[in-house]
Amino acid sequence: MALQGTCREIGDIAIVDLSGKITLGEGSSMLRKTIRELIDRGHRKIVLNLSDVDYIDSSGIGELVSGYTTVRGVEGELKLLHLTRRVHDLLQITRLFTVFDVQSDEDSALRSFR
Amino acid sequence: MAAKTHRLEVTLETQIDSVDLAESISMRIAEAAGFSEEDIHKIGMAVREGVINAYNYGNQQDRSKKILMTVDLEPDRMIVRVLDEGKGFEITEVPDPLAEENLLRTSGRGLFLMRAFMDDFSVHRGPRGGAELVMIKRLPMAISGGAAAQPE
Repeated sequence: MALQGTCREIGDIAIVDLSGKITLGEGSSMLRKTIRELIDRGHRKIVLNLSDVDYIDSSGIGELVSGYTTVRGVEGELKLLHLTRRVHDLLQITRLFTVFDVQSDEDSALRSFR
Repeated sequence: MAAKTHRLEVTLETQIDSVDLAESISMRIAEAAGFSEEDIHKIGMAVREGVINAYNYGNQQDRSKKILMTVDLEPDRMIVRVLDEGKGFEITEVPDPLAEENLLRTSGRGLFLMRAFMDDFSVHRGPRGGAELVMIKRLPMAISGGAAAQPE
């Protein structure tokens, strides 16, 4: 299934509910475009809700890392929310759990922003 | 009577769609061979990464080049080979994606994932100079020492 995203705003925090696959091609491009647009609109606090993303390949991982560094580059923060088991395992074996701020519920994610 | 080995060879175009196609084919074969759902997922993902590697780094997205995928289904294991028409590479020269200084790199995790998801993984020089990635997954019955599964 192609990646789809819906953006919600709670205060100054943007939550992107993603569903589908983040893989080479459209999925990765869509994620890049979404993060870019949020930054261009002035957002600096971004949460990617991955509860409906059960598949990410190395290209998708690269795009998540790229999003993280891009947001950090404008002094913002990007956090991940609700990882599925497979995505959780993938971030664990690639050691990216040590990089990303991963949250398991939305309230905690919202409170975690400075 | 000697157990049969079944072979499938697929010549793939150097295009993004080939990544999904190779993944899908390998997963169907793995399912028919009797792998678990989790192993089918891992085989599919490893093959996906192999073809991404051939598409991006081996053939450099050159559409005039081909990617050859070979699947051998033996009584106790599945062997997938992905051969590109690039210049080949030395695996020892590929940066470790788990090293602290490489964690924020946006690429370079494909080989690591293939190794993580399969039982054996190696890189060879293809007959015409490209890289040949060889991935092996053993059937669960073979691992546990039980009777080897016989493909249809």
